[in-house]
Amino acid sequence: MIYRENGQFKTSYLADQQIFTIAQDKWFVLGLIAFAAIGVPFLADEYLFRAVLIPFLVLALAALGVNLLVGYCGQITLGAGAFMAIGAYAAYNFMVRVDGMPLVLAMLLGGVAAAGFGILFGIPSLRVRGLYLAVATLAAQFLCDWAFLRIGWFTNNSASGSVSVAKLEAFGWVINTPVEKYLFCLIFVVVFALLAKNMTRASIGRQWMAIRDMDVAAEVIGIRPMYAKLSAFAVSSFFIGVAGALWGFVHLGSWEPAAFSVDRSFQLLFMVIIGGMGSIMGSFFGAAFIVILPIFLNQFLPFLGGLVGVTVSTAGISHAEFIIFGSLIIFFLIVEPHGLARLWSIAKQKLRLWPFPH
Amino acid sequence: MTNASNAAPAAAQGGRKFGDVILDLQNISLRFGGVKALTDISFNIREHEVRAIIGPNGAGKSSMLNVINGVYHPQEGKIMFRGQERKKMEPHMAAKQGIARTFQNIALFKGMSVLDNIMTGRNLRMKCNLFQQALWIGAARNEEIAHREKVEEIVDFLEIQHIRKTAVGALPYGLQKRVDLGRALAMEPEILLLDEPMAGMNVEEKQDMCRFILDISDQFGTTIVLIEHDMGVVMDISDRVVVLDYGKKIGDGTPDEVRNNQDVINAYLGSGH
Amino acid sequence: MGFFIETMLGGLMTGMLYSLVALGFVLIFKASGVFNFAQGAMVLVAALAMARFSEWSNAALGGDSLFLANVIGIIGAGIVMFAVAWTVERFVLRKLVNQEGATLLMVTLGIAYVLEGLGQTFFGSEIYSINVGMPKDPVIMFEGLIEGGVMINKEDFIAALLAAVLVGGLTVFFQKTSVGRALRAVADDHQAAQSVGIPLNKTWVIVWCVAGLVALVAGIIWGSKMGVQFSLVTVALRALPVVILGGLTSVPGAIVGGLIIGVGEKLSEVYLGPYVGGGIEIWFAYVMALIVLLFRPQGLFGEKIINRV
Repeated sequence: MIYRENGQFKTSYLADQQIFTIAQDKWFVLGLIAFAAIGVPFLADEYLFRAVLIPFLVLALAALGVNLLVGYCGQITLGAGAFMAIGAYAAYNFMVRVDGMPLVLAMLLGGVAAAGFGILFGIPSLRVRGLYLAVATLAAQFLCDWAFLRIGWFTNNSASGSVSVAKLEAFGWVINTPVEKYLFCLIFVVVFALLAKNMTRASIGRQWMAIRDMDVAAEVIGIRPMYAKLSAFAVSSFFIGVAGALWGFVHLGSWEPAAFSVDRSFQLLFMVIIGGMGSIMGSFFGAAFIVILPIFLNQFLPFLGGLVGVTVSTAGISHAEFIIFGSLIIFFLIVEPHGLARLWSIAKQKLRLWPFPH
Repeated sequence: MTNASNAAPAAAQGGRKFGDVILDLQNISLRFGGVKALTDISFNIREHEVRAIIGPNGAGKSSMLNVINGVYHPQEGKIMFRGQERKKMEPHMAAKQGIARTFQNIALFKGMSVLDNIMTGRNLRMKCNLFQQALWIGAARNEEIAHREKVEEIVDFLEIQHIRKTAVGALPYGLQKRVDLGRALAMEPEILLLDEPMAGMNVEEKQDMCRFILDISDQFGTTIVLIEHDMGVVMDISDRVVVLDYGKKIGDGTPDEVRNNQDVINAYLGSGH
Repeated sequence: MGFFIETMLGGLMTGMLYSLVALGFVLIFKASGVFNFAQGAMVLVAALAMARFSEWSNAALGGDSLFLANVIGIIGAGIVMFAVAWTVERFVLRKLVNQEGATLLMVTLGIAYVLEGLGQTFFGSEIYSINVGMPKDPVIMFEGLIEGGVMINKEDFIAALLAAVLVGGLTVFFQKTSVGRALRAVADDHQAAQSVGIPLNKTWVIVWCVAGLVALVAGIIWGSKMGVQFSLVTVALRALPVVILGGLTSVPGAIVGGLIIGVGEKLSEVYLGPYVGGGIEIWFAYVMALIVLLFRPQGLFGEKIINRV
């Protein structure tokens, strides 16, 4: 009976266009953010920050970027990892080559660089779609894999091929401990999620969705396909690029091109499919799911094997992971293309009517 | 073209005034590979009139609309828009000139709500850039609200208030057709192209749709080009009719003239009569 | 000159192998409109099954008859591929009739993951070998024509021949038989094909089986060349530009595309590679495909795509 919109009347279109049209939703999400910012640092230990929370936040940001492109604009990408790499390496180069470059600015510039390449590799989308576009994005992936491995300039001619950032400092705040890293990522994620939400509820978001749902009709009502598609590529790549910079700078600390391989691209796409295409919330669900599942399997499968007297090898666990991910992808695409986010909204719908069934 | 067709029957439609020729199609020919879709077709469209295009299946009616709004590019012929020759243009440029349309097989954005679908029609008139929208600051927010008001007017006009937040994919056919019309109306077009707006509807839905079309013509003065199979409807609501058959024009004039045109009768009933 | 021709011939033969994988892509796309990302996983599973079955039966037979063991291996792998085809149709494709291409594409990514996981769980994840008696020694050819002659790997040569035969056979199958025509109809429009009485489900099982067998042949050849291991799945990523270049719907396109990519890769690696640090094979293929894509979206031999309203 708590979750009801009864008595919440909207008297202006402004009120009707809020992000959360039901007050309880608003308080729930605000509460969640407050808890993440204040409560979590007291509760979580270092392992949790390093292995779960920070990867979750960064990958959620990247998944959000992928979702804008795949879920909202309907353009498939298999090269998200490449744009993460561009963001990370561009930010790195801004840091080492420009004296006194502030950390946050470098990361944003990394995102801008990724956006530029996003536009470049999005150009084929003006002529082709579906699979053919997937190939164009794969081209970006393999080109980047190669470039960051073989061209010394990008890694500042580092002998080992791996690069690292010495000191993280933003606005006088030195980011050292896992908690600080976590909070730093959290700020990025909250701000970017808000920006994404704003875009999707405004004209640009409708243009993307129109292109996704029926591109010919979209063009007939005056949407320029070029602008809509390329802006989706740019914004999406910007998000992914910033996430890449966070992944390299904050999560890994020092990294090699393999951190942004084609497997990463697939992983991000899976997050979007499982979490829910065309849903901001879904990106978070998907990222959480994919970060937590392997950890869970690592604990649970040996335990399960112990019960029936079988030793489960590490390889066995990783195979199980493959099978489960694959099956879930198939399951969600067949049964629920809107993913976990859809299940969430069904749950909310039920809650609204509770305790009555209809 | 007969003289009678140029002397528009203004009195018949409650005193609406027809303006000048707004769109003049001259000797249009369109081919797909070896297939001739349209052959040497000329006719014009006057401001504020309801102009119908009729003809048997495969006569080239939809192709004609596609030529008008830039989806297809004819190999020969000229299109004069307000007396100026129109260059080869893409559909979104035609939209910018004020040409809107609805689709034969509804082409709504299935994943979006009714409101959002109609809001897309306002897109051309929204000026805020991506950054303003991302930040949802003053100008972008005000613009969004101003256009929302406009869209609500259309929602009222088409009597679809109760479904404004429903996803269009979940709507019955007749309502989808209305939303399709709403989206085109949201563009505040000068010329509205309707591709079989009444196909597959029952009698009541047809009556509603006719009423909307005539109201649009009356209230907004929009020029309407209409493809329709239901002869009763066409003869009732249109001012002038052009008849196509096998990609050629076989008749043009007021409903009465067309009704008595021997070529048209042959085309519809077979030449044995 | 001899070196150039050697490089080129080497490229042609690798290209033939790419064609073999590309063929699997084309077959499934033609028949179901699905771009099957799992083709690489199918190659892996087929090769794993073949390698392990023949290993096991060889052990059971006491190592007497390699030939018999290989036959058992091939039959076993064939049965596995049939099972894969049937399962995929029954539990996945049947539920996705009339879906968009992009969705189907992502589904096959899921299938690929499942196959990779299952295949390695059943057959193990070490490196295995396939020995079907392919000659390993190189021969010198064209001695009369060019000074010093051209060195060719016999294994590559036989593989290329095999691929060519398979391709010829499939072309005839598609163009001349009624099953082939049914497959093409299904690819064009699921519903329309159904409505003229083509059994959708049976057609899909058939075509996935054929693709499975093509994967088996590719798996045996690649596997005997470089060992059966997980990296076989990347063969699919290598063959992807091939189908784009040749056109998704064209069997001859897969061949010509394979040859172009094979030769292009080798030449670029040998002549361009040293200047930019090497390792450019894979992206060079993709960039070649991308350029073709920009000018001819349907590929060199594909059917033209027309937009309708």
